[in-house]
Amino acid sequence: MTAALRAFMIKELRHILRDRQTLTILLLMPLVQVVLFGFALRSDVRDVRLVVVDSSPDYATYALRARFAAASRFRVVAVEPSMRAVEPLFRQGKADVAIAFEPDFAARLQSYGPARVLLAVDASDPNTATTMQAYARAVITAYEAELAAQRGQPLRIAPETRMRFNPTLESVNLFVPGLIALVLTLVSALMTAISLSREKERGTLEILLVSPLRPWQIIVGKVLPYLGLAFANVLTALLAAWLIFSVPFRGSLSLLLAESLLYSMVSLALGVLVASLTTSQRLAMLVALLVTMLPSALLSGMIFPLASMPAFLQWVSNIVPARWYLIIARGIMLKGVGLEYLWKETLVLGAMTLVLMTAAVRSFKPRVA
Amino acid sequence: MSNAAVAVRGVGKRFGETEALTDVSFEARHGELFGLVGPDGAGKTTLFRVLTTFLLPDAGSATVLGLDVVRDLWAIRARVGYMPGRFSLYGDLTVAENLSFFASVFGTTIEEGYDLIAPIYRQIESFSGRRADALSGGMKQKLALSCALVHRPDILFLDEPTTGVDAVSRSEFWDQLHTLRESGLTIVVSTPYMDEAMRCDRVALMQGGRILEIDPPGEIGSRYPLPLVAVTGADRYRLLLSLRKAPHAHAVYPFGSELHYTDNRAGLDPGEVASELRDYARGQGFGDVEITAIAAGIEDSFMELMPAPVQRAS
Repeated sequence: MTAALRAFMIKELRHILRDRQTLTILLLMPLVQVVLFGFALRSDVRDVRLVVVDSSPDYATYALRARFAAASRFRVVAVEPSMRAVEPLFRQGKADVAIAFEPDFAARLQSYGPARVLLAVDASDPNTATTMQAYARAVITAYEAELAAQRGQPLRIAPETRMRFNPTLESVNLFVPGLIALVLTLVSALMTAISLSREKERGTLEILLVSPLRPWQIIVGKVLPYLGLAFANVLTALLAAWLIFSVPFRGSLSLLLAESLLYSMVSLALGVLVASLTTSQRLAMLVALLVTMLPSALLSGMIFPLASMPAFLQWVSNIVPARWYLIIARGIMLKGVGLEYLWKETLVLGAMTLVLMTAAVRSFKPRVA
Repeated sequence: MSNAAVAVRGVGKRFGETEALTDVSFEARHGELFGLVGPDGAGKTTLFRVLTTFLLPDAGSATVLGLDVVRDLWAIRARVGYMPGRFSLYGDLTVAENLSFFASVFGTTIEEGYDLIAPIYRQIESFSGRRADALSGGMKQKLALSCALVHRPDILFLDEPTTGVDAVSRSEFWDQLHTLRESGLTIVVSTPYMDEAMRCDRVALMQGGRILEIDPPGEIGSRYPLPLVAVTGADRYRLLLSLRKAPHAHAVYPFGSELHYTDNRAGLDPGEVASELRDYARGQGFGDVEITAIAAGIEDSFMELMPAPVQRAS
């Protein structure tokens, strides 16, 4: 019987290797996704174009303007006497941030009253807007501290920010674990569902079912080669993240790989379930996308923070395996924590694997009633 | 326990409202080439699925090689060769890879089964490195048969194995089935084709989920329920149309140079039908018709099973 299982896996491997186009896509996907998502969703900004609005230039405004000019992230693109000129620059996309000093800035600073500056930020991209605002405040605070040190007394500059809203600060570091989850879901759930329903559609499954092969052998033979592919994908994604974005990897690689295997099993079981409940390849693909890919992307906390979701969706996210994997992967990669902190999430994934695998094997009946 | 290779007793199977099989009973002997003949939707595939342990029957019981299809499924599966109706091989695997995969599934190798499949497999062996997708219909069928045979089954189930295959390959295929039967293998085969039914040892005529008659193909007509006469005459097509409008016409079909006319009054003497029909034909202006009473053959029975064609002449 092990010979039969081996033969099944060899057959499955051949299916995978023969379909060169799909294989190429699957192998390159993690790389492309890391690069695309990494660049597209980056919220750290290198080149902030600054407009200075200075209606009454004095030594203090000059000093602060010099600080901004010296900061590597900022580039002063215009100096205007009034705020009126700022709006057109924002609209044309020629400026990102404007800083406006109130009249008699130095005098107010001298008299220890708060000297006010206005920071106007182009918030059409809320992520970068938050970051740019933070950079600007950092420059101002540094100058404030410098002044205070010179005078031996606190001098207050009160920056006031004008922006439409204020989302959380996401960065590529947080993103890579989510990407790995997405790629694993795709390869494991979607590809198994497609490959199994193809056998159903072509009629080969009927022969396999009335052969001496047991259902579990068919499932294991089907699933293991894809597990190998998933493994390769995790490594590619990690390597790409590390090489291109220098994403830190603080925890144990072997623990992450083991957890990734566990997560793959959940997805594979889902794929088998989807295939045995649907009647055609096309339907299997759509259902797999709907029940695995979408929740993994949207309800896992990968893109949208779970905390900002309505209670109902937060509750639903509990049954999304990617949610738990994401906590694990972020924990290992970014915080460097081990199993002692992640055992609960691991248990959840383990329980999901057990339930779904059992359901998959049971749904895969050796005969039809 | 029966010593028949296949014994089916009162098997019924329904899918929702549709009764796919109703009270089906038959026996196929060891070493017999047994045919299931009938139009599409007669229940042949459902019967095969019950016999290959893929479907559970709702009623009745069936044994294959003396093993119960419900209880002994794993024992049956190891000893049965099955070729489902569609081309069910892996198109992206090569000929040799398909064959060796199916050998491994049954815990054997190509070498062990080679002498049995050799007469068939040799014809496609030169293409062993080719993908199964790229084979012609006849070659695919040979590969499928090789795959069903490679583990030396004790019985072979072939569900419409020649559908979509050219005439020459079909005839060759049946030659191969006869060779296999000579070696003692029991074969149960279904077909919608009459010429293939003639090459079976015995056939069961199926229609609407029931078996109507089981006989050697040469004797199938003996239970034809209605009087039958053969008609010859000039202007065959007009004659056919005219006879179909005869007062007691049940069915009229062309057979070779003749027309076969079936009367709808069961039990009537065919001689009487002949003389009555002669008068009718003369009245319609066909003076030279020749009408003789005949015994029904398998073809007549077969046509009787076919869904009635629409023959309303306006």
